[in-house]
Amino acid sequence: MGFVETFFNWEVLVSSLPLLLTGLRVTLTLGAVSIVAGLVLGLFVSLLRLYGVMPLRILARIYIDVFRSIPILVLLIVVYYALPFVGLRLSPFMSAATTLTLISGAYTAEIFRAGIQAIPRGQFEASQALGLRYRHMMSDVILPQAIRIVIPPLTGNCINVIKDTALASVVAMPDLLKQATQAQALEANPTPLIVAALMYLAILWPLVLLVGRLEDRFRREAAS
Amino acid sequence: MSDATPIVSVRRVSKRFGAFTALNEVSLDVAAGEVVCVIGPSGSGKSTLIRCINLLETYDPPGEIVVDGIRVQRGPELASVRAEVGMVFQSFNLFPHMTIRDNIALAPKRVRGLDAATAANKADVLLQRVGIAAQADKYPHQLSGGQQQRVAIARALAMEPKVMLFDEPTSALDPEMVGEVLDVMNTLAHSGVTMIVVTHEMGFARQVADRVVFMDSGEVVETGPPEAVFDRPQKARTQAFLDAVLRH
Repeated sequence: MGFVETFFNWEVLVSSLPLLLTGLRVTLTLGAVSIVAGLVLGLFVSLLRLYGVMPLRILARIYIDVFRSIPILVLLIVVYYALPFVGLRLSPFMSAATTLTLISGAYTAEIFRAGIQAIPRGQFEASQALGLRYRHMMSDVILPQAIRIVIPPLTGNCINVIKDTALASVVAMPDLLKQATQAQALEANPTPLIVAALMYLAILWPLVLLVGRLEDRFRREAAS
Repeated sequence: MSDATPIVSVRRVSKRFGAFTALNEVSLDVAAGEVVCVIGPSGSGKSTLIRCINLLETYDPPGEIVVDGIRVQRGPELASVRAEVGMVFQSFNLFPHMTIRDNIALAPKRVRGLDAATAANKADVLLQRVGIAAQADKYPHQLSGGQQQRVAIARALAMEPKVMLFDEPTSALDPEMVGEVLDVMNTLAHSGVTMIVVTHEMGFARQVADRVVFMDSGEVVETGPPEAVFDRPQKARTQAFLDAVLRH
């Protein structure tokens, strides 16, 4: 068998494509759910970490540090295989989404914290002096400015979350990687794996380029 | 001044950081419509004092500050008290992501509950008043420092505060822009706005103030009408300061 028939076998590609596309859909759904949930969680935790009452502030900090330290695969396996022993049995999708959200939330919280802390003190003081309540100060003055700062690192974090969805295949989640390995076994040919790899690249490469461009633009704006 | 209830009453306010005393038992009453200029060397506590009035700085018990009958302290009422105290900062602190009009309209919308059209209209009227109506749709970074500071004054006025605090409003400006900001403040002073102004502009203080307060080392050293403080200072420290700043 030649190189092309082995790695880019057209018939294998055609017959395995439906399976790969269902896997792709699961991967994208898992990525999207985890990214959105991680953003909400991260914003909430960053505000607790910065402005919460002391015990909550400490808890937020512990959460952030723990979930940035633990290997994602370890957490995933704990959630999927260990939690059932205390009666908490999550589906593969829920296990993966929970794991990715918890970890993304910790990173996102640190990104938001850095973004909020980069806003000059005068912006907080001007808001307070005008009599704005905390809620409006954050929603109208601080966060709109912080969001601009955090968009490049948040996009970087999205890339990581989408990459990490591939780990979910170890808890039997039918994501892109899992379907690709299955198709490979079925066809006794590695073409599905190659196609899956190209699909990951097709999603993530543009995001990587986007981060670079956003960072450049932000640097230019900061310099001007 | 003693016959009317003061709008701002500062009673024995102290602030210490470790061994350093930023404010030492400062008391000051300001009546409605009065213009008080606070002068003194850098580090004398004058900025700290006016930042205590809207609690941007905390101060030590048992001192207290009362604005329009309400004690300024942490708690649910703080935002409402702050809404009655306008503040203009040395560094303008405009909101860079909003147009000039939105900068001014935000707090009237969010705090006073004005609808968007009324608030925008109010912003335009105020921009007229500070002489930069044409800039309403621009963003702060497109304006000169003097224009930005005039916007900041309009933004504070939009809340129709009981008192306006100015924290060295011309210190960050290029010299050629100081005049336009002082002109606006002069007009305000003559229109009956209660003002407490921390400033190094001795000419402005002499011309506009009803009362001048000289501070040094966290204490009010001397207070009185501008002619008295500038021309016949009673204390040696006042005399020394005036000699230093008015020598040229």
